[in-house]
Amino acid sequence: MADLLGRNLLEPGDFSAEELAGLFDLADVIADAPADFDRRAVGKILATLFFEPSTRTRLSFEAAMLRLGGQVIGFSEAGSSSAMKGESIADTVRTVACYSDIIAMRHPKEGSARIGAIHSNVPLINAGDGGHHHPTQTLTDMLTIRRKMGRLDNLTIGLAGDLKFGRTVHSLINAMKIYPNIKFVLMSPEELKVPDFVKYDIQSGNGSTFVETTDMQGAMKELDILYMTRVQRERFFNEEDYIRLKDRYILDNDKMSYAKEDMIVLHPLPRVNEIAVEVDSDPRAVYFEQAKNGMFVRMALILSLLGIE
Amino acid sequence: MVVVNSIENGIVIDHIRVGNGLKVLEKLGIDTTKNTVALIMNASSGKHERKDIIKIENSEWIDLTALGLLDHTATVNIIQNHVITKKIKLSLPERVVDVIKCKNPRCVTSVEPSIPHIFHLVDPKTEEYRCEYCDEIIKV
Ligand SMILES: [Zn+2]
Repeated sequence: MADLLGRNLLEPGDFSAEELAGLFDLADVIADAPADFDRRAVGKILATLFFEPSTRTRLSFEAAMLRLGGQVIGFSEAGSSSAMKGESIADTVRTVACYSDIIAMRHPKEGSARIGAIHSNVPLINAGDGGHHHPTQTLTDMLTIRRKMGRLDNLTIGLAGDLKFGRTVHSLINAMKIYPNIKFVLMSPEELKVPDFVKYDIQSGNGSTFVETTDMQGAMKELDILYMTRVQRERFFNEEDYIRLKDRYILDNDKMSYAKEDMIVLHPLPRVNEIAVEVDSDPRAVYFEQAKNGMFVRMALILSLLGIE
Repeated sequence: MVVVNSIENGIVIDHIRVGNGLKVLEKLGIDTTKNTVALIMNASSGKHERKDIIKIENSEWIDLTALGLLDHTATVNIIQNHVITKKIKLSLPERVVDVIKCKNPRCVTSVEPSIPHIFHLVDPKTEEYRCEYCDEIIKV
């Protein structure tokens, strides 16, 4: 894994298929015996720079570092840190890179992670940059797919809900397009269809294709994976649009009855109501397992970027 | 027809898409130079075609990247002693820095000070560019 030493992770496409395979192999080893890794990052500091709050993602990073025996510094929203008020991303990152060995950064503006990486002399992980990319969520999704399906190629992946602003969707597509024969089924209301850059992204893949539909139920039967997303209030400019669109594309047992026996349902969590609670007991619902995989893959990522064997 | 004298030394931007001349003048900052400038609009070009032309006297340099972005079908002629000494064919630049701005209100370029605004050509056929930071596609 020495080839990832000192690298940044801004979008999933930053790593080759071989590098990802190595990362997932390591995550599998960690998942089997986490205690074997509890002293690996002793003396190392992870800085979590969260310019907007995201408790779930921040906790996952912090738990990953603590379980490796390392330590954590950081802030959880820009307003809580007077030193960061009004300071540019460039200056904040330059400063924090002096104190830490690795940085996980979240910022509401799209493309902010690239600015951070340019100015950091330690590895920087994008922990979400607005509606743009969220690569560690994607690594989590991919590890879950690999552990459940046994492969990352020849899959039909359905994505449902907010495909316009849903950063996890854009990141998953960006990552999965490199594997042979991936078909994306994009299920969303007209107002929340994927932006053009995502379509270009699919076309630049390894033979990947896509279809767009507003008929979620009709598309269920062909899916190997169903990726559900939340329709987020903060992505809308007005309340009316949000209320009108949020309740479409809800997954329940009725829709699940049209799906394959071995299909799996993923969701980046937290959910609001887009997956009915009745679906939780379906063995095909693996979204709670995903959270644990998220910690394991972040442990593998931190070790790899720090070059720790 | 309007007669505009040929220039002794300078640059002639020919075959500008009709109606685009004024924009080229402004975006390239030609309108604020001290040189003598002629803008000819709706000049005839072939039997049915129309074009705009810009002549800049005693000028030796224009921003070809910006011009390529604005109108890559235009041609640039360098004139010395009334003679065209160089004809430059334009193309859409692969990478442009600080010429266009990102239109995505959520893009980091809208808040972070003093960073270059960088765009990459996605497809010459559709004339679309991608923001280096947020991947927003901009049609020029
Ligand atoms: Zn942008």
